[in-house]
Amino acid sequence: MSALADAVVWLNDPLNWTRPRGILELAGQHLRISALAMGIALVVALPPAVWLGHRGRSGGFLLGLSNVSRAVPTLAILTIFAVTPLGFTIWAPVIALAVFAIPPVLANTYVGFREVDRDVVEAARAMGMTGRQVAWRVELPLALPLVMTGIRTAAVQVVATATLAALLGGGTLGAVIRSGFGRQDYGIVVAGALLVAALALLTELVLAAVSRAVTPGPPRRLLPSLRPRRAQVAALPPT
Amino acid sequence: MLSAEAGTALAADAAPNPWFDLSWVADNWSTILPLAGQHVRLTLVSVLIGAAIAFPLALLARRSRGLAAGVLGFSTFLYTIPSLAMFAFVAPFTGLSETTVAIGLVLYSLVVLVRNFLAGLQAVPAEVLEAARGMGYGRRRLLLRVELPLALPAVMTGLRIATVSTVALVTVGVIVGQGGLGQLIIVNGFGANYYRPPIVFGTLACVLLALVADQLLGLVERLLTPWARA
Repeated sequence: MSALADAVVWLNDPLNWTRPRGILELAGQHLRISALAMGIALVVALPPAVWLGHRGRSGGFLLGLSNVSRAVPTLAILTIFAVTPLGFTIWAPVIALAVFAIPPVLANTYVGFREVDRDVVEAARAMGMTGRQVAWRVELPLALPLVMTGIRTAAVQVVATATLAALLGGGTLGAVIRSGFGRQDYGIVVAGALLVAALALLTELVLAAVSRAVTPGPPRRLLPSLRPRRAQVAALPPT
Repeated sequence: MLSAEAGTALAADAAPNPWFDLSWVADNWSTILPLAGQHVRLTLVSVLIGAAIAFPLALLARRSRGLAAGVLGFSTFLYTIPSLAMFAFVAPFTGLSETTVAIGLVLYSLVVLVRNFLAGLQAVPAEVLEAARGMGYGRRRLLLRVELPLALPAVMTGLRIATVSTVALVTVGVIVGQGGLGQLIIVNGFGANYYRPPIVFGTLACVLLALVADQLLGLVERLLTPWARA
């Protein structure tokens, strides 16, 4: 297991963190690309999903969309955007990642608003709430756990997929793995893998904590229960 | 005026880079076919080995709550690791080989399959088990004749999800030079001066492969569960 020992040695060299295109710079770029992609995805996905779910319109196509999206390799979409005129700018990976973040946010938000107990909505209306008040004060709090699940799923996928942008010359943490393979140095390869895995797990934990903090009601377990308790959208494949 | 002329001359000289080109596909058939074969081979091997490991694991996990929580918890953790990192963790042991990609993919398909196998087995109604035991079914016969057939839809759903996501993930194997159709996308396309035909063809072929595999497994499910047909 000398590769792991080499990886620890490599990670312990401060220069590998602070130099240009070092770990810190790559991690910063990784997070910047991921955050921009998530921002775009939320702006595009949340309004229609809330509207469709609130109105109780049929959104079967939203769920279908999220099923079809799993058949398309993320690497392929990243590459396609990289050979458009956007290539070589930060926007190629950002938009490609947003494309993959939209379906889970759409589907989970839609199902969340749709599955709110109709009796509760009826009661709110009977109390004289307007449609807008029902949506924000009644449906949103009840839908929030599922909305947050969608956002967390999407964000974890975005952070994981941003790694692949390194195969197309992007300056994300995947670049460490790529340069390790390029130099045939498995120590660097494993160091990169550790960094990438740590960032993905950290994203999952931070967002689980955020979703627990914003969800009203009694505290829940930090990580989601493995058996679905209510209507749930299928989990995404790894990337 | 002069600069405009220079611009058009440049455009005429530049090599054509269309989004889709059937003649490229026809001319490069001998490159495409082995890569498509590798893609199918990696998918099949990974899902089959995954299933072979997942099945005993699911049987083991359902014996106790603690064991099930452990298996599911660890599999969730595995699922969070990005594929590029997964291949990078395996590569020091197996090098730049197809085995590296297969091991990573087995781990991912294992996660989906264990969960679905377990859910399928746990969803068998207790009354059904009781009735079968009352009829004198032993443990072995109970599993083969009662539990497995009833768990089949969940098992098949797991196999379909695992297959579709594995087809997509094989492309990342390009990091160790074994990415099936991903080689077309990255090496023949992006790496060859951003040439678009292999990129778009490789993408479409991946999606088509996933959809065909999904439909085939759906057909198998229909054939295996004749009682479920309305």
